[in-house]
Amino acid sequence: MSTTASPPAPGETQATAADALTLSGVDISYRVRRADQRIVRDVSFRVARGESFGLVGESGCGKSTIALAVVRYLARNGRVSAGRIEIDGRDVLSLDRADLRRLRARTVSMVYQEPGRALNPSILVGRQVAEVYEIAGAPRSEALDRAREILARVRISDPDGVMRRYPHQLSGGMLQRVVIAMALAAEPSLLILDEPTTALDATVEADVLDLILGLRAEFGTSLLFISHNLAVIAKMCDRVGVLYAGELVEEGPASAVFGDPRHPYTVGLLRSIPRRDGGARAPLQTIPGSLPTPGSVAAGCVFAARCGLAQERCRAETPAVHRIEDGCGERGSRCHFSEQAQSLPIHSIVAPDSARIADRAEPLIRARSVSKTFQASGQRVRGLHQVDLEIAAGETVGLVGESGSGKTTLARVLMGLTAPDPGAEVTLDGRPLAPLAGARTAADQKALQIVFQNPDSALNRRHSVRRLISRSLAKLGGYRGEALQARLQALAESVRLPERYLPMRPSQLSGGLKQRVAIARAFAGDPQIVVCDEPTSALDVSVQAAILNLLTDLQHRERVAYLFISHDLGVVRYLADRIVVLYLGRVMEIGPAQSVLDGPHHPYTEALLSAVPTLDDSDRERIRLEGEIPSAADPPAGCPFHTRCPRRIGEICDTTEPEMRVQAPGHEIRCHIPVDDLRRLQSAGGGAPSASAGR
Amino acid sequence: MAGFVLKRLGLGLITLWLLSLLVFFAGQVLPGDPARAILGPLAAPSAVAALARQLGTNQPVIDQYGTWVGHLLTGNLGTSYQYQAPIAPLLGKALGNSLELALVAFVMVVPIGILGGVIAALNVGRRVDRVISVFGLSATVIPEVVSGIVLILVFGLWLNVLPIQAAWPPGAGLGTQIYHLIMPAIPLALILFGYIQQMARAGTVEALASDYARTATLKGLPRGVMIRRHILRNSLLPTITVIATQTGYLIGGLVLVETLFHYQGIGTLIYNAATSKDFPMLEAGVLVIGAAYMVATLAADMLYTLLNPRLRLRGVE
Repeated sequence: MSTTASPPAPGETQATAADALTLSGVDISYRVRRADQRIVRDVSFRVARGESFGLVGESGCGKSTIALAVVRYLARNGRVSAGRIEIDGRDVLSLDRADLRRLRARTVSMVYQEPGRALNPSILVGRQVAEVYEIAGAPRSEALDRAREILARVRISDPDGVMRRYPHQLSGGMLQRVVIAMALAAEPSLLILDEPTTALDATVEADVLDLILGLRAEFGTSLLFISHNLAVIAKMCDRVGVLYAGELVEEGPASAVFGDPRHPYTVGLLRSIPRRDGGARAPLQTIPGSLPTPGSVAAGCVFAARCGLAQERCRAETPAVHRIEDGCGERGSRCHFSEQAQSLPIHSIVAPDSARIADRAEPLIRARSVSKTFQASGQRVRGLHQVDLEIAAGETVGLVGESGSGKTTLARVLMGLTAPDPGAEVTLDGRPLAPLAGARTAADQKALQIVFQNPDSALNRRHSVRRLISRSLAKLGGYRGEALQARLQALAESVRLPERYLPMRPSQLSGGLKQRVAIARAFAGDPQIVVCDEPTSALDVSVQAAILNLLTDLQHRERVAYLFISHDLGVVRYLADRIVVLYLGRVMEIGPAQSVLDGPHHPYTEALLSAVPTLDDSDRERIRLEGEIPSAADPPAGCPFHTRCPRRIGEICDTTEPEMRVQAPGHEIRCHIPVDDLRRLQSAGGGAPSASAGR
Repeated sequence: MAGFVLKRLGLGLITLWLLSLLVFFAGQVLPGDPARAILGPLAAPSAVAALARQLGTNQPVIDQYGTWVGHLLTGNLGTSYQYQAPIAPLLGKALGNSLELALVAFVMVVPIGILGGVIAALNVGRRVDRVISVFGLSATVIPEVVSGIVLILVFGLWLNVLPIQAAWPPGAGLGTQIYHLIMPAIPLALILFGYIQQMARAGTVEALASDYARTATLKGLPRGVMIRRHILRNSLLPTITVIATQTGYLIGGLVLVETLFHYQGIGTLIYNAATSKDFPMLEAGVLVIGAAYMVATLAADMLYTLLNPRLRLRGVE
């Protein structure tokens, strides 16, 4: 990543010496039930001109609160209770209304997570962008012209078309470009990005991140980049600050903080990410315990309760920032024992057990020619097209693809939540399964269970955890009375749900605990296969690690098979025995995980892998995909991927749909390019042919 | 859009047909012979029988229904027993009067209700909000009769500034008509104020908390412009639906107010028809109110769709 800060824009004479943003000793409190709760404590950092500063931390750590305090948009009960915030050397907190408005109009802009909600649904996109110029005093027609220009600068190929649309008519990636254009329109000196790509697909995320990097160089804007994703921060930022429970626990150059962390929390966080070189299902490391509630740590280090290195002193004495000066650059850590941070004891609950128990002799579930056609506003939409899939007992099959590729539809068909088109055949243990769950036998219903992405909406809020799990045990497992109680205890223990949580309702639990309840329910009837539909994508990395360990552990003990749907290839790489790649409802590639990931693989798989930022690799040449996933209502003729394929070989791709071709035993690819050519192309280091170079 | 309107119209017609069945057969079940009711208890049985033949009430019920619907479809609403005159002109005039009263109530309540809701939302949780919201909720639950009588006592009899009769002198100009309608309109406006205010408040609170409101504020828009341009249009969409559906209430729910203020509207007409067993009038009146309800709801949905680009442009992309 680039470490050279862009020079300040020429012509800017006043206050060039000042940093783009300085926070010194900032406390932020919320007034809750007549008492002040300090959410952010004594946070200081600076973002130099042209610099990109990353704030990283898990949910609830105060990242967004800090961003909102910088633009003075805290909720009415929140306030900066101590410290100073300066933008371009001006004290933000003391500005009057008019000056604050001018500051927002000219000096600082913000982009946040859901681009679809950041734009007004009932105003044309063009008007919303032009508004920024009107605020600056431009007449309406000139403002529209300039809006067109700025949209072109965020690489929107048809600015006029986009301007005439309403937000709901644009895709997420396009919307985020519009929002970024709007943020840059006033040429602010500071741009705050709060999880700008978290809601986007990996391929689109990669595009947007590249765009931001490019624009940053072009505009010389300073960035405050907020994300829970360490890899994204590593890719985007010169320096980073790690937030934990409202405190900045470590701060320094990105390469130093991620390469040579000096705070036990940073060390733990980095260890909990599935790594490319992590080896086959070596258990992920987790951080024990959970985030303290705001204001509950009165004395000592905020991380002490969860820290394997904590000593008496850590609980008694609040650590000051220790400055560390070495070859990696100057950095600070709020730890009494920062030089020992990396000796943090390994914490992982699951004993490593590398024995693979997948038994491929006969498939547990077998789906043949599964197609699913939807009717949407008079059009026929092919959600799935002739999908074949087998899952063996005890096996984990990873299902990947962009949104709209049909992953969830396939899961719903297997679960019997949606009936496939006639002609499909789904069998369990050789017996045909009824298309809809209601018509399946109780045994078949028990055998197939699902864990959803969002445990909030999957659990009835009005029932206690005990009741939620008991119901499943009674309905699926047929347990009654004392047997039920005994099984409940055992199940809660096996999903590591401490007994004190059983009387609580879902709203009193954290996201990770709720997901444990959902998993316990899925396992209540001793299932043979559990569909996991993005079970960890709503969770923080350290919580995700614990859930992934739990799933692995349960698989070892219960010999259950998983169909694991995820957009996160890192997670799929870690868990899956085999991987299925879907694109527009078609299987593009299927094979053993290692073989699919190592290649030669389908150009689409190649692009997906290339899109994911990781901490391991530095400057990889990324393979870009042209445009966005086409509509399933009107899929391209020939190979469905040809419109975006960086390795398209010619006419044949546009006209003939390729057959599945065996690349290696059990590994098939739907591509016209011969395997040897793929191998040669892909070993060349990702340099895509010239056809795709420009965009 | 056209498909949507046609579908809704079709459903509306089915609803009206069901309503006509209900109204007609309910009239049959009610005790009392129309011919006897018209001629009085002292009339000779032969005269009653002759009138029944003339009215067609001696025919089988199904035939009567068929004849009635056939007439309806040709625009003939039948003849009132009570007035011995064609129903259509009577009903038309009463409907006109009622619409005028409803309109005055609307003109009064819509701006005030929306303003109250928006002001409450901008001050959410503060005293202003509490005062407006508590007033709105209280006003909604006070029956029209109660507020009407209080109004008559205060403004009509004690202060003597407003006429206590809604009916204006013959040949009165529009100004005088409105002057007479102010007091009857207030109880209706009070009832509607709570609904409109609460909807406008909820919509505005939601819009103010939205990400797009944040975007607009952080662009550096002045607060007033932000609210006018970015908040109101989104926040008042649900309110429009409420307002339009309440048109139905206004036309159908006027009985009490019209009776109280001696106003010759459709409410009074139906009330009188019911007390004097004037079935053709009653049936036609109920159907007209049903139709008014249907049109109001349809108009509400169309307006909502027109103003909401997400619905208007569905399926374009």
